Amino acid sequence: MHARLKAWAWQGAAVLAVALLATWFAHNLSANLAARGMEVDFSFLAARAGFDIPFRLVEWDSSYPYGWALYVSGVNTLLASALIIVLASALGLLLALMRLSGNPLAAGTARAVIELVRNTPQLVQIVFVYVAVLQVLPPMRNSITWFGGIFLNVRGLYLPSPSGTAYNWILAATVVAVLAAALLWRRLGLAAVPRLVVLPPVLLLGAVLAGFNAAWEYPVLRGFNFVGGTRVPPELLALVLGLGIYTSVFIAEIIRAAIAGIHRGQAEAARSLGLTAHQSMFLVILPQALRILIPPLTSQYLNIIKSTTLGAAIAYPEILQIFARTVLNQSGRAVEVMTLVLGVFLVVNLLTSAAMNAWNRRLMLQGR
Amino acid sequence: MHPLLRALFGTKLNAALTLLMLATFAWALPPLFRWLLSDAVWQAENRTACTAAGTGACWAFIRARFALFFYGLYPVPERWRADLGLLLLAVVGAGALFARRGRGWWLAALVTLVPLAGGILLAGGILGLKPVPTPQWGGLLLNVVISFVAMAGAIPLGILLAFGRRSAYPVIRWISVAMIEFWRGVPLLTILFMGLILLPLFLPQGVTVDNLVRALIVMTLFNAAYMAETIRGGLQGVPRGQAEAAAALGLHPAQVQLLIVLPQALRLSIPGIVNIAVDLFKDTTLVSIVGLFDLMGVVNQSMKDPAWLGLAAEGYTFAAIVFFFACLVISLGGSLLERRFAVAHRR
Repeated sequence: MHARLKAWAWQGAAVLAVALLATWFAHNLSANLAARGMEVDFSFLAARAGFDIPFRLVEWDSSYPYGWALYVSGVNTLLASALIIVLASALGLLLALMRLSGNPLAAGTARAVIELVRNTPQLVQIVFVYVAVLQVLPPMRNSITWFGGIFLNVRGLYLPSPSGTAYNWILAATVVAVLAAALLWRRLGLAAVPRLVVLPPVLLLGAVLAGFNAAWEYPVLRGFNFVGGTRVPPELLALVLGLGIYTSVFIAEIIRAAIAGIHRGQAEAARSLGLTAHQSMFLVILPQALRILIPPLTSQYLNIIKSTTLGAAIAYPEILQIFARTVLNQSGRAVEVMTLVLGVFLVVNLLTSAAMNAWNRRLMLQGR
Repeated sequence: MHPLLRALFGTKLNAALTLLMLATFAWALPPLFRWLLSDAVWQAENRTACTAAGTGACWAFIRARFALFFYGLYPVPERWRADLGLLLLAVVGAGALFARRGRGWWLAALVTLVPLAGGILLAGGILGLKPVPTPQWGGLLLNVVISFVAMAGAIPLGILLAFGRRSAYPVIRWISVAMIEFWRGVPLLTILFMGLILLPLFLPQGVTVDNLVRALIVMTLFNAAYMAETIRGGLQGVPRGQAEAAAALGLHPAQVQLLIVLPQALRLSIPGIVNIAVDLFKDTTLVSIVGLFDLMGVVNQSMKDPAWLGLAAEGYTFAAIVFFFACLVISLGGSLLERRFAVAHRR
């Protein structure tokens, strides 16, 4: 009886404390808002925004409402996150392989790069790339040119873009690959290999096919500006390079630790069973390493999504820059705007980690 | 064959890799060396003189702004106070790390004397010290102040939250989980914005909070959530037999947790705590985006000085070097601490 009473007392006290704090905050908030003649009201989201978003993938002009700006900037955040995840994973894998290569020169270089990058702030790296590398590039007329179709200058990176049916080819190749992997994988005796490995080569093939089958639209300098092609603005470039390189060293260490974490006995047992070095790597070591890899890799990917907010330091139009700066300054709706921004990140993070935990649990159960 | 040669050229693949690495070095290192050192200019009046004197980095800019990078706008005649505060922190910190006896006293001094004396020294206003308002605090000094305060606040709060998350009482568990997951789910920069914009709205009318204090509150709460997860990992790592043995000896449940479980959990959490400290120190640069002049903010500002216009590469390279060595010191201190405490663990 005494224990029950104590439990109730403690929990009651905790609830009371939280409730008191919340009431105090709410009271202060309403008093402060009342003093400014405002109230919490989300209807401003439907009002005309009246500002321009310099870089976007979806439709936007200044006549669109504020609410739509959340979508536009959210897509920009996702675009940056996706590009960074790809770059960081590829670079991280490269660095990890260098460290595991057994070649002292490669391993030492990888180690030096990792130590150097991970002990300097990500913000310094992003701003360095933006201000000290991309802003001192030559002007349009003297662009750095690669292969006659790719131009790099102070206004950004200009790439040829496929037009017409190119994207359809890539899409079709992806669908075919995913279906084939899903249906035929076990029958081909590849059950131990993750199905996702087919995707990169197939995508590459699709891209090559698309390249032959589509008309490429090349950027051409006309007067003071490039016409045609796709422009990658320097802000996006700096964010992707800076954050991609920064995160890659953490991913490299995660991959290395995962492979090193597989007990030596596993490799030795595989070899003594007559598997080749190649087979023991792909059938024994990597599937087990992947299992250790997933939780820390997930948290790195989540970190990337969160860190794209640093784009605000170089005015990349992502959620924080557009919403917590431009929209907030114009509308003065502090509470509503910050609630939305925090809410978006919270939902994305909680959903992703829930999904990853579920996947992780499935992998774990298979093992034992 | 010499083992090193075998490691470098043993197989065809290895030999190719070695040659590729050597080619990369030959391509990248000489220009880097020339820019950083051999063609660099160490003495010049301004940027024009600098570019006239050499094609490398203009380190004269860093020399001219050196004090600014370390103290910000902290008034020159009062800078000894900042020095003294940092010295105090260094001495007491070193004492807590290296002292053979009385480490408890050193630690106690680190969390009571240092913040108190350091705060009085830096802010002034009493004991005949001239008051220095926080907008004048800046440079690396500010990064150190923010890191120290956030760390000192985050550890006790993190311990509290970690225990809360393991509590047998569901309500306390839920509150702790909500608290931890909220701070871990949002980007640091957004909550720094929140501290800047929303915090005043949640406080009584007329109460104004210093910009630096807002950043400190946010940094402390943010890191407390990460600290809680690290310490929770440590708590899970303490064998259950420890708590059971302590309870069997007749210790009160609170004594069991505080005297037996927590010290061992903290020892297990040292690597994680050091990681948080390194991340925190690097992330203090984010305060430059919300209008404080830490090292990063001062570098941003100095490049706009007409005499040294646009020396971005030099400024950020310098900032990177400073942070690199500072983080190295934190990591080294951490591994020393780990080794120190590991001795008692040996069997």
